[in-house]
Amino acid sequence: MDVLDLARWQFGITTVYHFLMVPLTIGLAVLVAGMQTAWVRTGDVKYLKMTKFWGKLMLVNFAMGVVTGIVQEFQFGMSWSAYSRFVGDAFGAPLAMEGLLAFFVESTFLGLWIFGWDKLPKKVHLACAWAFSLATVLSAYFILAANSWMQHPVGVELVDGRPRLTSIWALLTNNTALAAIPHTIAGCFAVAGAFLVGVAVWHLTRRRNEETAVWRSSLKLGGVVGMVSFALLAVTGDIQGKLMFEQQPMKMAAAEALCHTEQPAGFSVFAIGDLTRPDCENVKSITVPALLSFLAHNDFTSEVKGIEDLTKEYKAKYGEFYPVDPQLGELSGQPIDYVPNLPVTYWGFRFMIGFGALAALAAAAALWLTRKGRMPASPWFRRAALAGIATPFVANSFGWIFTETGRQPFVVVPNPTGVDGVWMFTARGVSGLTVGEVLTSLIVLTLVYAALAVLEVFLLRRYARAGIAGVMPPGKPAAEKKPDDELAFAY
Amino acid sequence: MDLALVWFLIIAFFWLGYLFLEGFDFGVGMLLPVLGRDEKERRVMVNTIGPVWDGNEVWLIVAVGATFAAFPGWYATLLSSAYLPLLAVLVGLIGRGVAFEYRGKVDSVRWRRNWDRVIVIGSWLPALGVGLLLSWNVLGLPIDAAGNRVGSAFSAFQWETLLGALAIVGFSLVHGAVFVALKTEGDIRSRARRLALRIGPVALLPMLGLLLVVQTRAGSSWTWLVVGLVVIAAILALVFLSAGREGRAFALMAVVIIGSVVALFGALYPDVIPSTVDPAFSLTIESTASSPYTLKVMTWIAGFGAPAVLVYQGWTYWVFRKRIGTGHIPPVRVP
Repeated sequence: MDVLDLARWQFGITTVYHFLMVPLTIGLAVLVAGMQTAWVRTGDVKYLKMTKFWGKLMLVNFAMGVVTGIVQEFQFGMSWSAYSRFVGDAFGAPLAMEGLLAFFVESTFLGLWIFGWDKLPKKVHLACAWAFSLATVLSAYFILAANSWMQHPVGVELVDGRPRLTSIWALLTNNTALAAIPHTIAGCFAVAGAFLVGVAVWHLTRRRNEETAVWRSSLKLGGVVGMVSFALLAVTGDIQGKLMFEQQPMKMAAAEALCHTEQPAGFSVFAIGDLTRPDCENVKSITVPALLSFLAHNDFTSEVKGIEDLTKEYKAKYGEFYPVDPQLGELSGQPIDYVPNLPVTYWGFRFMIGFGALAALAAAAALWLTRKGRMPASPWFRRAALAGIATPFVANSFGWIFTETGRQPFVVVPNPTGVDGVWMFTARGVSGLTVGEVLTSLIVLTLVYAALAVLEVFLLRRYARAGIAGVMPPGKPAAEKKPDDELAFAY
Repeated sequence: MDLALVWFLIIAFFWLGYLFLEGFDFGVGMLLPVLGRDEKERRVMVNTIGPVWDGNEVWLIVAVGATFAAFPGWYATLLSSAYLPLLAVLVGLIGRGVAFEYRGKVDSVRWRRNWDRVIVIGSWLPALGVGLLLSWNVLGLPIDAAGNRVGSAFSAFQWETLLGALAIVGFSLVHGAVFVALKTEGDIRSRARRLALRIGPVALLPMLGLLLVVQTRAGSSWTWLVVGLVVIAAILALVFLSAGREGRAFALMAVVIIGSVVALFGALYPDVIPSTVDPAFSLTIESTASSPYTLKVMTWIAGFGAPAVLVYQGWTYWVFRKRIGTGHIPPVRVP
């Protein structure tokens, strides 16, 4: 493996791992702020218990999101310095804005929220919860704006061979970003919804179940959030898809394993055969006729370009061979493969949709089966709800794997209606490092992340299992006044 | 004054904020086994920084992120050249962040002892790494005309940069001890004060050494003046501390780090990374700055964002201003 492969693996691993933590934090943070609002408004202790319990799980998870996020920010400069030099003028801005406008707020107000129980006035404390949770959403916005710029560079001109920002507004309102942001945020809520449902069902189906009201409310909230977010995912996903047919047609052709241009084009449900061969002679797809045309252009008759024709177009526009340049390593002078990894892109797309739909189905089933105070006794219900926790996580991960793999070999994807020359091959972006350096960090970070994953799951399980008693000692009045000299909360 | 220079100063300001704020919480972490004699005292120490350490750490993220936006060439060259030291910093920060949050989540002696170790290592390692990086940056990197490192993966390790690493560690130790003395009461307070006084004169020497090395190579008369100020502030800090005036001592430690950062960045100007291969390859403020438009946008953002940060972070310190002692620590309650 060369530096390019290693740096890509590292980026993939650290990003997917980071994005296991982040959606749960974002989704839970907003829901917890909502629960606390319900408590402040109604004074119902049930909501306080929900706030404390789900808030605790959110905190266990938040720590991991933060520490793995630092790696992300440093990684551009460490492993992708050529990329950073090329795009810094445009891409750096939303990244710095995230730090200055969102992340500072997030971390400061989280500290205030954790330690401020009984120390701050109730409403001020609640405001801290909202400041924190809305800042997590704002964070996501800036990061996704940056990512969307890589997928669809806008708001720039080319000066001295480098994109120069001409409009920050264009970058922040990039249509790619405006579609990706609600899609991703909905994905976060799908995760939080399934998490609420799974844990609540586990408690409700226990032989000794206490705090029934808390778990019922959590279940209902989780189920509704899960279903609403799936509806939003479907709508925004469709918008994203249509944009992608315009902006990154190769990604969508690969997602469909559509080799030859078709009119009308059918939507592939399932493919059999050898996807690893880019000519896809051996691929047999089970398709729904004309559906792909509809997904791409909103009518059932239009033409959708296939991999073959697109490859020809790309070769004509961006060259057939990588330039001869020692910096490109093994790829120097080699033919450029414009087809992204087909099995990953094709199945990534399907797993994203499939697991997302499964999550919504689980949410709907859980709501239906527990309607009007019912509770199925079947152990399968409990197992399914617990397994359901994983589904939106899987869908999210495959969504990212799909969208990032699908844009290869580009790291900055050429914008068909944008400025000529504002694009970059991934192979061009990597730092001139030794294999040893990148390999070391790949191994170290992967091991550290694996250890942390074990720890986090251990703690999440422990606290989820303990229920309300783990966060509020039983029998004590809720808003009990502490003696003045004892902290309400301490590490 | 052009915007590129403004951004050079803003980035120096972010580094200053980082070294000042995380300086004391690094110090608290490093001194955890020294000042915290039993579990209760260690909890007192962790809780002196509990509400604020996370916000402090963001200063680093913003210092680096702002460099990406304002000086992409600086960001790219420094981070790729210092790959391995940065990896160590990152691993330290990862462990430390998780440790604060997870340390009290299970009631077992072994569990806490292990996390305490992670806090200690996670405080020493990044402090060393950041000191190494900053001093290396100021003294110069072996970079070619394209801004790529030509030296080996270990070229960051020289006696001057190791001195820089010790400088930040030494400062953090004293700063952390002064902070503990300022934020606690009872036994631990007087012990922290005594420790700061005992180690202070030695622990602050590497900082002086680093400043002297940098000044003799790239100093000017006004930066010499700043070094003088640093020395006076450091001495006064210890004097006030011995008189039991921890607040003033802490404020003077701020002067120490302000002076040090000013002297370091003053020596760096007008370069952002001097090249040790050939001065002609040095990266300068002008050659690495983003376009005027990007800098203008960023100036607006920082103009509103940074003062707001100072206000709400200041408020946090105000909310948690009370000294704490072993009597304030609630009993352990875990499932």
